[in-house]
Amino acid sequence: MPSLKDLKNRIESVKSTRKITKAMQMVAAAKLRRAQEAAEDARPYTERFNAVMAKLAASVGDSDTAPKLLSGTGSDKVQLLIVMTSERGLCGGFNANIAKLARTHAKKLLAEGKEIKILTVGKKGRDQMKRDYGQYYIGHVDMTEIKRVGYVDAQNIARDVLTRFDAGEFDVATLFYAVFENVVSQIPTAQQIIPAQFDAVEGDDASTVFDYEPDEEAILADLLPRGVATQIFAGLLENGASEQGARMSAMDNATRNAGEMIEDLTIEYNRSRQAVITNELIEIISGAEAL
Amino acid sequence: MADTTQFDLVSPERRLASAQVTAVQIPGADGDMTAMAGHAPTITTLRPGVLSAEGSDGTTEYLVTGGFAEISADGITVLAERAMPKSEVSAEQMDALIKEAEDALNTAKETFVNEPGPVDDAAKLLADMVAVGDQIRV
Repeated sequence: MPSLKDLKNRIESVKSTRKITKAMQMVAAAKLRRAQEAAEDARPYTERFNAVMAKLAASVGDSDTAPKLLSGTGSDKVQLLIVMTSERGLCGGFNANIAKLARTHAKKLLAEGKEIKILTVGKKGRDQMKRDYGQYYIGHVDMTEIKRVGYVDAQNIARDVLTRFDAGEFDVATLFYAVFENVVSQIPTAQQIIPAQFDAVEGDDASTVFDYEPDEEAILADLLPRGVATQIFAGLLENGASEQGARMSAMDNATRNAGEMIEDLTIEYNRSRQAVITNELIEIISGAEAL
Repeated sequence: MADTTQFDLVSPERRLASAQVTAVQIPGADGDMTAMAGHAPTITTLRPGVLSAEGSDGTTEYLVTGGFAEISADGITVLAERAMPKSEVSAEQMDALIKEAEDALNTAKETFVNEPGPVDDAAKLLADMVAVGDQIRV
């Protein structure tokens, strides 16, 4: 049985923890709004881009001269997994979920006899992936210093990935990140970015015949590397919003748990205080009766 | 008043403009072109340059670096890798862009020693960038 003093201390410490989690929740809520806005601002670009790329890919796709970024290297032996996670913890299962999906994927590929390579973005994912697949680990992109994700950051990652692709280091690249659904659900997603895949265009657009300047293939060659950067950028933004959403609900839970704990502890505190008083009374009364 | 068409300028980070315009001058990779309502459907890549849109309330100019433009019956959509209103571009920003192009050229020279293709591309990018810089500073 803890003493009264101990209980009081515990209650105080849980109270200050609750203050911290409450503050973190509010900070995450503010950041979430900003991250969501950023993701929304980027959407028109990504949508138009993919629509045009799908159109181009459909017209060039089958020819032998199609760029490798679109048609692939003709093999899927070496797979690159780009695992994007957050730089900070305390956001519930966010990082663990992405890493889990990546690990399942890696396990499946290894079972199929493929080779894998892992590139991580974000410290948390690096730690988790290194633990199990350290020998496949080829690089890490540090985002600690970056306060607000810009397109330039995505371009830097894309440049790294493309250099490796040009050097023939891998055949297929898959991006792992969490799609922001709402505050309580972020869906870990695997998206193949090399060779590029585009959703088919809606029927009404297909009838228009476009002039291409320069020709289709030159445009494709110019745009495909940008496409990689665009996909990574979209992934980063989704991840940013997901991270804040996950943190917000995790901190909300923590705040609530702390509240419950304080209630329980207070009841326990009051009970033992009452017990002490009762004991003292019994002692006094029995002392008086003995006289 | 000439016919107007929908014009959208978007960069990956935000939507810069969405308006009705009479004509848009686009710095295409194969040369400048002016697109007006009813232009033949075209997709072109961009070189670094100044894009100007003529609307009912005057002409707005934007600095754009690479990207592409899609001209269709629905309107003109320009997807620029980086875009900003010309009036907001400072000399320092321009210098930074030129510096970046120079670095890219140097990297290309190192990486592709015996392949003129990528080096030429990078050199052209730098030349375009410098030309834009001169235009901006005027």
